[in-house]
Amino acid sequence: MAALRQIAFYGKGGIGKSTTSQNTLAALAEMGQKILIVGCDPKADSTRLILHAKAQDTVLSLAAEAGSVEDLELEDVMKVGYRDIRCVESGGPEPGVGCAGRGVITSINFLEENGAYDGADYVSYDVLGDVVCGGFAMPIRENKAQEIYIVMSGEMMAMYAANNISKGVLKYANSGGVRLGGLVCNERQTDKELELAEALAGMLGTKLIHFVPRDNIVQHAELRRMTVLEYAPESKQAEEYRQLAQKIHANAGNGTIPTPITMDQLEDLLMDFGIMKKEDESLIGKAVA
Amino acid sequence: MSYTVDLGVKGAELIEEVLKAYPEKSAKRRAKHLNVHEEGKSDCDVKSNIKSLPGVMTIRGCAYAGSKGVVWGPIKDMIHISHGPVGCGQYSWASRRNYYIGTTGIDSFGTMQFTSDFQEKDIVFGGDKKLEKIMDEIQELFPLNKGISVQSECPIGLIGDDIEAVSKKKSKEYDGKTIVPVRCEGFRGVSQSLGHHIANDAIRDFVFDKTDPNKNEFTGTPYDVAIIGDYNIGGDAWSSRILLEEMGLRVIAQWSGDGSIAELENSPKAKLNILHCYRSMNYISRHMEEKYGIPWVEYNFFGPSKIEESLRKIASFFDDSIKEKTEAVIAKYRALTDAVIAKYKPRLQGKRVMLFVGGLRPRHVIGAYEDLGMEVVGTGYEFGHNDDYQRTTHYVKDGTLIYDDVTGYEFEKFVEAVQPDLVGSGIKEKYVFQKMGVPFRQMHSWDYSGPYHGYDGFAIFARDMDMAINSPVWALTKTPWKKVA
Repeated sequence: MAALRQIAFYGKGGIGKSTTSQNTLAALAEMGQKILIVGCDPKADSTRLILHAKAQDTVLSLAAEAGSVEDLELEDVMKVGYRDIRCVESGGPEPGVGCAGRGVITSINFLEENGAYDGADYVSYDVLGDVVCGGFAMPIRENKAQEIYIVMSGEMMAMYAANNISKGVLKYANSGGVRLGGLVCNERQTDKELELAEALAGMLGTKLIHFVPRDNIVQHAELRRMTVLEYAPESKQAEEYRQLAQKIHANAGNGTIPTPITMDQLEDLLMDFGIMKKEDESLIGKAVA
Repeated sequence: MSYTVDLGVKGAELIEEVLKAYPEKSAKRRAKHLNVHEEGKSDCDVKSNIKSLPGVMTIRGCAYAGSKGVVWGPIKDMIHISHGPVGCGQYSWASRRNYYIGTTGIDSFGTMQFTSDFQEKDIVFGGDKKLEKIMDEIQELFPLNKGISVQSECPIGLIGDDIEAVSKKKSKEYDGKTIVPVRCEGFRGVSQSLGHHIANDAIRDFVFDKTDPNKNEFTGTPYDVAIIGDYNIGGDAWSSRILLEEMGLRVIAQWSGDGSIAELENSPKAKLNILHCYRSMNYISRHMEEKYGIPWVEYNFFGPSKIEESLRKIASFFDDSIKEKTEAVIAKYRALTDAVIAKYKPRLQGKRVMLFVGGLRPRHVIGAYEDLGMEVVGTGYEFGHNDDYQRTTHYVKDGTLIYDDVTGYEFEKFVEAVQPDLVGSGIKEKYVFQKMGVPFRQMHSWDYSGPYHGYDGFAIFARDMDMAINSPVWALTKTPWKKVA
């Protein structure tokens, strides 16, 4: 058995991290890889397409019921879905109370201590959009995910988020050995999206690992709480995810230490591509006349 | 007066020598906290109330300690919840020997520990529901409690629990019961001092402002005073109260040693607030002056000289009948103090003392030592502010070594060089100095003795200092084969 690959998907909220990651992991499972998904978002929606469920019981909700996380058994929290993909959701408090970041730390420690990773080829962490505190950086710290894949698009804010996440990776790259695996562009059909994504990848010292075209079939599958791989295995979109899976599989050890850019550099990039006009000071902050 | 204390060494050179151990930047910062007092200056010329340097051993505490341990903890008929993980409450259990009268567990709770004992799930999901449950349990198990305070430990502020909402809800549920949320998370501020301020503000906001002024049956007299900032350590407030009552005054509240919530509520009806610990309760005294027009006066009940001065100062706010009785009180106790001084002064005369205490005693106890013929040659505050150092100039003599927020290292080096006959500080310092062969008294807890306030307290103070300094044990700490030069 090859060494365990620990990967994580990050990206701006709503960019399609969970959809992209579940489809890609389904394709990896198709290739015979044994997969464990660890959802690190209090919304607990990282495994719904694999399990065909609305949301599974989370580590933290079960721990709260049982008294403490030490009272749980691994079987209580782990569900098995499509192609024997094992799924765990960390969960967390309802919005506005408690500390979700501490929740992520608690659940990941629990999973490690209880041997959840035994026998897996891949562990994949699906993390909430903004790395708002140390807890959500847990998956990129020492001995956790070694490769980070950033899901982004040609939209300014998605690129901005990708750059910020690169900063986080850089911070832990020297202490923990985490690397940036590459960017995954989830097409939004913005202008010159592919070129822009490739240029950004170049500036960040990484590569655009795959450009996933937009296809409504993803929505059709989602409505059935399925991945495209399962819903329409023969579709063109399923083939796209297979390609992404193969590229990730072949990408072991090719991760880089990112070179984040400044806000000015990012804006220059957008101007170079004609997305943003040269800054006209007289327009800034002006409402429609 | 141009009397200079006998430091035995050149103070400025000693400071310079001690600072050499630090890296340049640290030495520069610590230098501002150390000084040799010069007679005639308006303050001690040291910086204070500034964050301690990382890496040094500071003697300070935290905001929670200031609120729970100092201000709120002694209010005996309320239950104070140490809200958060178990350690903070556990290690501050049993208070600071704030004595009280009452039946513990029935109508008084001073030496009990109540904690929400946070677990991981409380951090992740928030602790508000647990807090509600604790309040319900308190109501059921201790029905005679008169109020609840929520003393926040660090995590409460980090995870954003809404203790104000819980307190409000439960107060409503229990017919307007006083429930006080206190935001005294330990990470706030640079020492326990901010905790005192936060606790004072919580009394203002949740006791004064939320209570019907006519809640308690109260008939005022022209001689009503409130003791502010006496925590009744070893019975201090009791030995003070005796004197005030003999003067003809009526003590309507003790803040907060042996104090009750009703006493706090009645305090706005006092004619005069008398303030002992200025550092921890000047805030509420100023508030009562501003809002209710109650004047306040600082006093000092350590040692007969200062007691006499203070009694007259307090009496000056009242009519001649009080002033006459005050003179009678002073005369009545003169025999006692003369006897104490006659007995102990010959044994203590000329002995040199170094102090390091909290926010009041570094200056307040100096007079008591001087009454016994002793001399304080070095002093400093854990958490004093600039106004404390200004007040200190009235007590210290020229040449006194001043050290603010002294570090473990500095204190050890100072004592080593100055070789005082007694060091007065806290439990953490005690054994360091005793092992150096220097007599020591704990000046926070009175070393499990007390009271030290008032005339009765002075007799105990004198006995204890003599016991520490003249114990035969110190003769046995000298190496017998090394002849003293």
